[in-house]
Formats: sequence, C-alpha cells, structure tokens
Amino acid sequence: MPINFTKKPGLVIYLTAGDPDLATTKAIAIAAIDAGADVLELGVPFSDPLADGPVIQRAMERAVARGVRLSDVLSLCKEIREARPQAGLILFSYLNPVVRMGMESFCSAAKAAGADGVLLTDMIVEEATEYLAAMKQNGLAPVFLAAPTSPDERLKAIAQHTEGFLYAISRTGITGAGTTLSEDAEKLVNRIRQFTSKPIALGFGVSNAEHVQAVGQYADAAVIGSAIVAIIEKSTPQEAPAAAAAFIKGLRA
Amino acid sequence: MEHSIIDPVRTLGNGRFGAYGGRYVPETLMAALQELEQAYAAVRDEAAFQNELAGLLKDYVGRPTPLYFAKRLTEQLGGAKIYLKREDLLHTGAHKINNALGQALLARRMGKQRIIAETGAGQHGVATATVCALFGLECVIYMGEEDMRRQELNVYRMRLLGAEVRGVGSGSATLKDAINEAMRDWVTNVRTTFYILGSALGAHPYPTMVRDFHRVISKEARQQILEQEGKLPDAVIACVGGGSNAIGAFYEFIPDQNVRLIGVEAGGRGTALGEHAARFSGGIPGVLQGTYSYVLQNDAGQVATTHSVSAGLDYASVGPEHAMLHDQGRATYTFATDAEALDALKVLSRTEGILPALESAHAVAEAIKQAPKMAKSDVIMVNVSGRGDKDMGILRKEMDLKGADGR
Repeated sequence: MPINFTKKPGLVIYLTAGDPDLATTKAIAIAAIDAGADVLELGVPFSDPLADGPVIQRAMERAVARGVRLSDVLSLCKEIREARPQAGLILFSYLNPVVRMGMESFCSAAKAAGADGVLLTDMIVEEATEYLAAMKQNGLAPVFLAAPTSPDERLKAIAQHTEGFLYAISRTGITGAGTTLSEDAEKLVNRIRQFTSKPIALGFGVSNAEHVQAVGQYADAAVIGSAIVAIIEKSTPQEAPAAAAAFIKGLRA
Repeated sequence: MEHSIIDPVRTLGNGRFGAYGGRYVPETLMAALQELEQAYAAVRDEAAFQNELAGLLKDYVGRPTPLYFAKRLTEQLGGAKIYLKREDLLHTGAHKINNALGQALLARRMGKQRIIAETGAGQHGVATATVCALFGLECVIYMGEEDMRRQELNVYRMRLLGAEVRGVGSGSATLKDAINEAMRDWVTNVRTTFYILGSALGAHPYPTMVRDFHRVISKEARQQILEQEGKLPDAVIACVGGGSNAIGAFYEFIPDQNVRLIGVEAGGRGTALGEHAARFSGGIPGVLQGTYSYVLQNDAGQVATTHSVSAGLDYASVGPEHAMLHDQGRATYTFATDAEALDALKVLSRTEGILPALESAHAVAEAIKQAPKMAKSDVIMVNVSGRGDKDMGILRKEMDLKGADGR
C-alpha cells in the first residue's frame, strides 16, 4: 500500500487519462512522480463529469472523443505501476463506466492493474455497501470525499469508511483553480480530525505553491487537478511531461 | 446495487424503486438533499401547505383539467373510445406547472430566495420562471444551446417573465448538458439555492416528490372517467422523456391491474444509438445525474447522445420509477418515431382542433396504433401533456403543408 505522505505536505496529482493521449499521460505520470508527486489520481474520462469545472471537463471531452475507455485507463495504470513501483496510484472515476464494467470486475481489474485505491466522485457512503465489499475483498483503498456542507454525522461515517486518505473539498463548488483558499477549508479539516487520524488531503482550488504551503499548515496533503490539466492543455504532447514536472517541483518551493 | 451504511433520515422510504433510484451525487449535495427530504416530508401531509397548493392549482393554474372525449378521432380510427386528459389547457401550456408550483412553494417555505432549473423543451423553464415571478424569487434557467435554438419562443417567454436563461454549449447541448450545468451551479451555491428539478429524475427525494406533485393528473382522471364512462380506462397512454407526465398519469391506476399503462418514448430517426431516445429499447441500467435507471450508453459506459424532434423527450435516461414499472411488467414502454409523432400531431389537429405539443404527439401516435385493434367498448385515455404552440418553429421546418393534403 504505497499511499504514503512522507514529505510535508504530501502532493496528490490528478491527470485525466488519455488527454492528450494515453502515451503522453504515461510520460506525464512518470515525470510527475519523479518530480515529487506522492499519489497520482488517474481520471477515467466520462461524458458527463458534473462535479468538474471547465478545465477538467474539456480534458474529459477530448479523451472521450479519442475513444479512451476504462479498460485503457486500467492498462495505463499497470504500465505506470511497472515503471514506478513506489508511487501511490488511485483510479478516479464517475460511477457509470464502473457500473458498466461491473463493480466486482472493476475492483479485481483495478487490483490487477496495481492500483492502490479508487475514488468514485458520485458514490456516497450510504450507497456503498457493495462497492466497499468488493474493494475490501481486493485489498483496495476506497477514498471518500468530505465537503464543507457535510454535517458531523456524515463526516464520521466518511472518516470511518475512507482508506488511504480522506479527500476534503476546500469549498462548495466544482473543481477548478481559485485565487484564494476558502476559510471553509481549514475548518473542515479540523472538523474531520475529530473523527480520524487517517491522512487528510485537501483539494478544489489548490493551484500554486502558496496554496500548497497554506494547506500544509493543517492538512497532510494537497490535491492539484485543474492547474496541471490546464498546463497540459496549453502544452504540446512533447512539452507536457517537462512542463508538468517543472510545475510540480515548484509547488513545494 | 446495495446500500445503507449509515442510517440516514429517509422519511419518504429509502428512495428506491425496486433496484432503481437512490442517490449518486457529489458529497457537497448530500446535506442539501437531506434538508430537502426533511422539508418535503414535513409538508407532504401538512394541511396548510396542501391547501395553499390546491388553491393555487385551482385558481392560478386552472385545475381540474377536463377529460375530453375525442369523438371525431375515435370515429376516424374506428376502435376504442379515446379520451384526452387536457394538461395542455393549464397555465403556461403544460403539466410542468404542477411540479414547479409545488417545489416553489417548498423553496419559499425553506427560505431559499434563489431558484435554478434546467429545461429541455422550455416548458419546465417557463413554468419555473412563472412561479418565480409569482413568488418574487430570483430565477436562473439552464438550457442547451441546441434546445434554445429549437425552442426560441420559450426562451423569449422565460426572459419576459424575468428569468435569466443561461445557454449550455457542452456535450450535445441538450437537456442532459443543461442538467449537468444546473447541478454544477447547485454544488457551488447549495446553501442559498433551491434546484427545481423538472422531471421525476435525479437523486432521492426528487423522483418521489415530482411524482407526488403530478399525481393529481391521474387522481382527477380516474374520477372523471368513472363519471363519464362508469368504468376505468382499458389503457392509459403517455409520452416519456424524464417521465413526469407519465408517472402522474399512471400513478393512481397502478393498483388497477386491468388498466394497461403504456409509456411512449422518442423513436427519433431510427434504432441506431444516437438516433433516438428510447431508453427501454436501447438502454441498460446505469448511473446518470444522481439516479440509477436505464441509460442510453455505449459499451464503455459513456452516455450516448440522443435525438428526437421533440426537445422534451430528448434525454438519455429515464425516471427510476418507470424503470421499476418496466421490469415488473406493470407498464409497457414503446416508442413513436419523429415521423409518426408529426403525423399524429396533424391528425389530432385536424380531427379535434387540438394542437398537441410534439412530446404529447408521441402518445397520440400510440393511441392511433392501438385504438383500431381494440373493441368499440374499450376506452383509451391519452395524456395530452402540453400544447403545441411552442413547437411552431419546428413544425414550420419539419412539415410541408403545401401539397395534396396541405391546404
């Protein structure tokens, strides 16, 4: 289980698999790990990413248009695992591609691909019995999200069922860069701490070194998504791995 | 899909219709859904709320709607007697106002001043803009750009009523994409905003709540047909997009096993994926926009684009209660093609002087197929969910009235 935040703060880097293409995602992933990413979230492209903002939505649309499938993302995961055995690897998906594959099949395939955990953005704890059983059977970590709007009763349940880390959402809203971090963020992390000693990673609107440093004051890790997907969007496939690596190196500076 | 890890407050049942329904949403929305569920449970059986709703339905909306015997259509088809439930006569022109009014009353009760909604054909958007004007609430309507083009008149109507209409250009630029944007808005502004969802879809408690607000259709119809015919209908036919008018028209008849319930989906241009919106013919169960139901999708789980001449039926999933009725065999679901719906619209217009919405024309098309096969003593009830005024732009493009039958 290589989900380990050894440096402070830890870095979780999100990539939309297959944007701009699978080979480039692999190169970026390896560059990101070498540049200091503790955990990589591999996003499964989906046609209706309703929790995501425009940057990740566009990345998903491009990957869906290229025909990238969940099975391709699982193959990519396997290749990254072989290349970098020490990295934390999480599969990030909306539910429908997983339901289409079948929950059991998905979990065993994810394990075979070397994933450490799974984050399903539209799976809430109440609905997760079957999912949790399949994850447990395969030794995978289910990563759940907590929101500033989650009451304590929910935070407690989320903290109990999440493994690997707990993903705290910094603000109400969709993914995407912000200029400042919401005051909700620290409050939420402190509320979660009442219920668990598991690592807490904070995401949504975390996009630069200043943010990462601020997050490090109260959380265990920062999640960077849209900011890096935007860099990839602006780069050619040849430039993207180096550009991503330079950005990631700068985050702990 | 199994559920129930913690014990949530689910005063309206577990949000499941057989295997379907549930809640599959970003965590940020859960508190809002629970707050909504509790607020709705509190007013569901509260006399003051129900009386206010009933009063407005009567005096502002125009209920009860007539159950009209379509004599000339019946004679032309030469079979079962056809009755039309006239939801097209409601204020704003469609059944959608029943639900928009109910939810707006609830929003006001909850102290939410900002309303968002999504719309496909525009009827739900117009209904929402109307009730927001009535109650003095801020109103933002999300609508696919393709639908805005198809339903230009309704866009103008919404703006006239004081609503802001935000175009959505992503995906297929239709209802599905408008719902995605409305949900993004809701996730962002969840503390102050009430989302008036327009069909019996989405996460619990929406499918139950929307159905409850439309139950009045079958409640009235059941009583009316007993008065007029002395018996229940042999078949009830309604079009099914998200499924709100159909569940409203079916609901009170569900225990009456002799009443056939027939839902009519959009057959579009053909049976290939992307050419229609017939979820029960081409879809398989999956999760879209908060609920588990039949979804048109490819074998990788990507949601398919859809096509229908009628914007209101052009949606890749369907309300979870219909999914259950389908699996149980209690209701049957068929489809009418674009061409069949256009023909049916012309037939009803010319036999009865009633111009149905293109959505409702799909139900009429099925009645035209069924009636001649049935006995003259049989009774069909068709839910005319809305009127066709909004579709004039499309009709002028799609139907060539010059020619042999055109004058």
